[in-house]
Amino acid sequence: MNVTAVASESQAGRIWTRFRQHRLALAGGLVVALLLASALFAPLLAPQDPTLLDTALRFRPPFADWALPLGTDELGRDTLSRLLYGGRVSLTVGLVAMVTTVVTGAVIGIAAGFLGGLVDNLLMRFVDTMLCFPQVFLLLVVAAFVPPTLLSISLVIGLTSWMEVSRIVRAEILHLKEQDFVAAARALGASRARIMFRELLPNAAAPILVAATLKVASAVLMESYISYLGYGVQPPLASWGNMLTNAQGYFDTVPWLAILPGAAITLTVMGFNFLGDGLRDALDPRLRMDP
Amino acid sequence: MAETLLKVSGLEVHFPIRSAFLRRRIGTVRAVDGVDIEVARGETLALVGESGCGKTTTGKAILRLIDPTRGSIRFDGEEIARHGAARLAPFRRRMQIVFQDPFASLNPRMTVGGILAAPFEIHRIGTPADRPERIAALLRTVGLRPEAARRYPHEFSGGQRQRIGIARALALEPELIIGDEPVSALDVSIQAQVINLMKRLQAERGLAYIMISHNLAVVSHVADRVAVMYLGRVVETAPRETLFFGARHPYTQALLSAVPEPVPGLRRTRQVLQGDVPSPARPPTGCHFHLRCPIAQARCAQEAPAQRIIAPGHAVACHLVAP
Amino acid sequence: MIGFIAWRLLQAIPLLIGVSLIAFGLMHLAPGGPLAVYTLNPSIQAQDIERVKIIFGLDQPIYVQYLKWASGIFSGNWGYTFFGGRPVLGVILERLPATMLLMGSALSVAIVLGLSIGVLGAVKRYSVFDVLATSGALFALSFPTFWFGLMAIFVFAIQLRWLPSGGMWELGEEGNIISLLQHLVLPTLVLALVITATWSRYSRSAFLEVMQQDYMRTARAKGLPPAARLMRHAFPNAAKPLIALLGVELPFLFSGALVTETIFGWPGMGRLFVDALNMKEYPILMGMMMFTAIFVIIGNLLADLAIAVIDPRVRLR
Ligand SMILES: Nc1ncnc2c1ncn2[C@@H]1O[C@H](COP(=O)(O)OP(=O)(O)O)[C@@H](O)[C@H]1O
Ligand code: SF4
Ligand SMILES: [Mg+2]
Repeated sequence: MNVTAVASESQAGRIWTRFRQHRLALAGGLVVALLLASALFAPLLAPQDPTLLDTALRFRPPFADWALPLGTDELGRDTLSRLLYGGRVSLTVGLVAMVTTVVTGAVIGIAAGFLGGLVDNLLMRFVDTMLCFPQVFLLLVVAAFVPPTLLSISLVIGLTSWMEVSRIVRAEILHLKEQDFVAAARALGASRARIMFRELLPNAAAPILVAATLKVASAVLMESYISYLGYGVQPPLASWGNMLTNAQGYFDTVPWLAILPGAAITLTVMGFNFLGDGLRDALDPRLRMDP
Repeated sequence: MAETLLKVSGLEVHFPIRSAFLRRRIGTVRAVDGVDIEVARGETLALVGESGCGKTTTGKAILRLIDPTRGSIRFDGEEIARHGAARLAPFRRRMQIVFQDPFASLNPRMTVGGILAAPFEIHRIGTPADRPERIAALLRTVGLRPEAARRYPHEFSGGQRQRIGIARALALEPELIIGDEPVSALDVSIQAQVINLMKRLQAERGLAYIMISHNLAVVSHVADRVAVMYLGRVVETAPRETLFFGARHPYTQALLSAVPEPVPGLRRTRQVLQGDVPSPARPPTGCHFHLRCPIAQARCAQEAPAQRIIAPGHAVACHLVAP
Repeated sequence: MIGFIAWRLLQAIPLLIGVSLIAFGLMHLAPGGPLAVYTLNPSIQAQDIERVKIIFGLDQPIYVQYLKWASGIFSGNWGYTFFGGRPVLGVILERLPATMLLMGSALSVAIVLGLSIGVLGAVKRYSVFDVLATSGALFALSFPTFWFGLMAIFVFAIQLRWLPSGGMWELGEEGNIISLLQHLVLPTLVLALVITATWSRYSRSAFLEVMQQDYMRTARAKGLPPAARLMRHAFPNAAKPLIALLGVELPFLFSGALVTETIFGWPGMGRLFVDALNMKEYPILMGMMMFTAIFVIIGNLLADLAIAVIDPRVRLR
C-alpha cells in the first residue's frame, strides 16, 4: 500500500512537488524520521540502562553533567535513557494501534461500501453507535478491565478508534465501485473478495495512508493519557505517559521531569499530524484544508 | 443464418427511483423495456440508438453485470438470465466486454501485466510461471509491445488503452464480445485502427460481436446486421444493406436522414424529428415513438407494436409497416 | 417538518438500543465480570459474594439482567452503586452542573475565538494572519490536553500564583462566585484550546466555501458593504456545517472535559468516571456511558433540527 511505489514516476513526482511546498509537513516528516530512528537505536543512544537506580544521584538537573545530559528522576534513573526507551514503547503502541485501526476500519468500510444494502446499513449503524461514546470513555473502560500489556493497550486503542477510517474508506469505495474497471472484473468472474481487496483497496490507498498517519498521532496521545492515569504501560517499563505520572508528585520543585516527557509527546503528535496534513494535500488536493 | 449463439427475448431492466426521504420507491426508470435480439456465431450485430436509449444497460444485462428485471437470455441454448454466480462462472469465459471509457475501464493502480493476469488468476488457467508469456502473447495480438506489461494504464494513449481492454477481453478466448462504443472516445484517426484490429480478431478467431454505437456511420464499417433501439426497445432489425437502403421504421428513416452519407452513394433529404426523446422514467404509452412519429395514428398511443418479420432477416416494430 | 422530526426520532431508537447493548456488554464481558472488585478481594467471604450477587440480580440469566437494566434506564431507575447503594442517576446528575459549566464556558470561549479567527482567515486568505492561524491551529490540535493542563498549573498556579491549581472552590468558600470564576479560568482555557483550533479550521473552510458562491458575488455586485455581505449572506449559509460540527464534536467535548477534570480535580462527571473506574463501580460506569451517549444522540438531533429550520431542503433528505 505504498502509494508512491505503485504510482508512476510522473505521478509520484507531482505528489512530491506538492508535498515539498508544505514546509510544516516536511518538518513533520523529519521529526517523525528522527523519532523513529531514536526509538530504533535507543540501546546505542542511551547513556545508561533506563532502569538503573542510583539514589545518590536523585533529581539531577538537565545539562549539569555530561554523563547524564537530561538529569535524573526521583530514583536516580537517567532521564534521557528513559525518554529514549519510553519513546520506543510509545511509538510501538502508536504504530500497532494504527495498524489495528486501519485494518479494522478499512475492512468494515470496504465491506459496507461494496456490499451495500443490509450489510452496509448494519455496519454503518454500528459505526454510528460506537461514535456516540466519547472515545476516552470507551478506551478507559476497556483498558481498565484488560491486563495491560503493550499488545493489549495497542489493540484497545485501535479497536476504539477505527470508526472514522471506516467512514472515509466507505465513501471512497462508493465512488470507486461504479467505475467500469470493477464491472470488467465482474465480467471476468472475479469473486467479491478479489474485487474488494485487489481491485478497490489499492485505489483507496491515499485516504487510508493519510488516516493512518493521523491515527499514529492520536494513538500516541491516547497511550500517554491512559498510562498517565495508570491503566496503560506499567512501571518499571518507561512510557512518556507514566513518566508524567511520576513527575507530577515533584512538580513544584523539579518541573523538568514533567516538561520533558510532555514535550516528547507533543513533538511526536505534531510530527505525525503535520506529516498527515501534508500527505493529504499532496495526495488529494480535493481534501485540502490549509494554505 | 448460422447457428444462433445468443438469443435475448423480452429483456427488461428497470431501475427504481427512490425518494431521498425514507428511500421509498417513487418511480421506475425503464432503461430497457422489452428488447429482442439474436446473434449468430461469428457475426457482428450493431446495436444503434441515441444516447440514453438503453444500449449500455442492455449490454451489461446480457453479461449479467446488471440483473435483468424480466426476460430471457439464452447463450448457446442455455437460459442464463437467472443464474447465480456459480452457474454463471463458465459463461464468464465465453462472453466479454470492451467498455466505452478507456480511462475508467482499467484499474489505475494495477500494471497492465496485473490487469491481464487477472483473467488467468480468476479462472486458474496455466501456472504463475507461464503467465508472463501468455500476457506477452496477448499484448502482441493487439499490437502492443510485451514491455507494456510493466507500465501503468495512464502511461498509454486512449487508443492503446482500448487495445489493452481488448486484450483483457480476449484472454479467456470468448465466443462473444460486446463492444460498448469501443471507439467513440477516441480520436477519429485512431478509431479506424481499433475497428480494424477488432475486425482482424474476428476473422482470426470466429468471434461474434455486439457493437454498440450511437453513430450509424461507424456501424456501416463493421456490422453484418443492425438493430435500432429507441427508448428501451428495438424498433427495427435488418441486415446492414437492407437497413441502409430499405429501412421501414419511421425512426430508423429519421436517423438515417441525419447522417450525411452513411454509405457511399446513399443520400437522403434531411428529416428532422419533432420534440425531444421522452424520459425513460415516464415513457409514452403504446408505441414509445408515437409523440414524435410523423405518421402516427390513434392506435399508436394505445398499443405497443411488436417486432414483426416483414422479409427474411428484417423485422420492424410498427403498426403501419406490413410485409 | 413534523414528519422530519418523527423520522429523526425514529432513527434514534436503534442507536439507543445499540448504545445500551454496548455499554452493558462491555461491563459484563469484562474479565472477572462486574463483581471483580469483590472476588479479587481476599477479605470478602464467598457467601458474601453470593449475597451481593443476588442483591444486584447478577445470578440471573444475562438477557434478563440486560432487559431489567435497559427498562430501568427508560423509567429512570438506573440501578444502585456497589459502595453506598446510592441511585446511579442521582450520583451522575449531581455532577452534571459542574461539567456543564466547564463545557459551556470552554465551548463559548472556543466558538467566539475560533469563529473570529476562522472568518478573519477566510476573508484575508493567505495573509500572514491566515497562515499563522492555520498553522497555529494545527499546533494546538497536537497539544496533549493533559500535559497542557499540567503546564498551565505549573506556570499560572505554582510559579506565578495568579490562579488556583485545582478544585472548584476554595475551602470554606463554597458558593462564592468570585472563587468559582477563579477556579474556572484555567480548566476553561485548557479545554478551549483544542476546540478553538477545530472551530477556526472548520469556520475558515465553511466561509471560504460560502464566499465562492454566486449569491455572494451578486451581493458584491449590488454594492453591499463587506460587513453586510458577511452578516446577511455568509453567516446564515456557513452556519449549517458549523451547527453540524457542534453535534458531531460533542463526544470529543466530553472526552476533553474528562481529561481536563482529572487534571484540575474539577468535581464533574469526568472526575466521577475516573473515580468509578478506580473503584470498579460498574453501575456508575454503565450509567455514565449511557448518559453521555444519550446526551450525544440528543445533541445531534437538536443540531439536525436546527439545520432543518435554517434550510428547509434538508427536511426532504
Ligand atoms: N444504475 C442506474 N440507475 C438509474 N438509471 C439508470 C442507471 N443506469 C442507466 N440508467 C438510465 O437508463 C437509461 C439508459 O441508459 P444507458 O443504458 O446507459 O443508455 P445508452 O448506453 O444507450 O446511452 C438512461 O436514461 C439512464 O439514465
Ligand atoms: S407504431 Fe405508430 S407511432 Fe410507432 S412508429 Fe409506427 S406509426 Fe409511428
Ligand atoms: Mg452507453
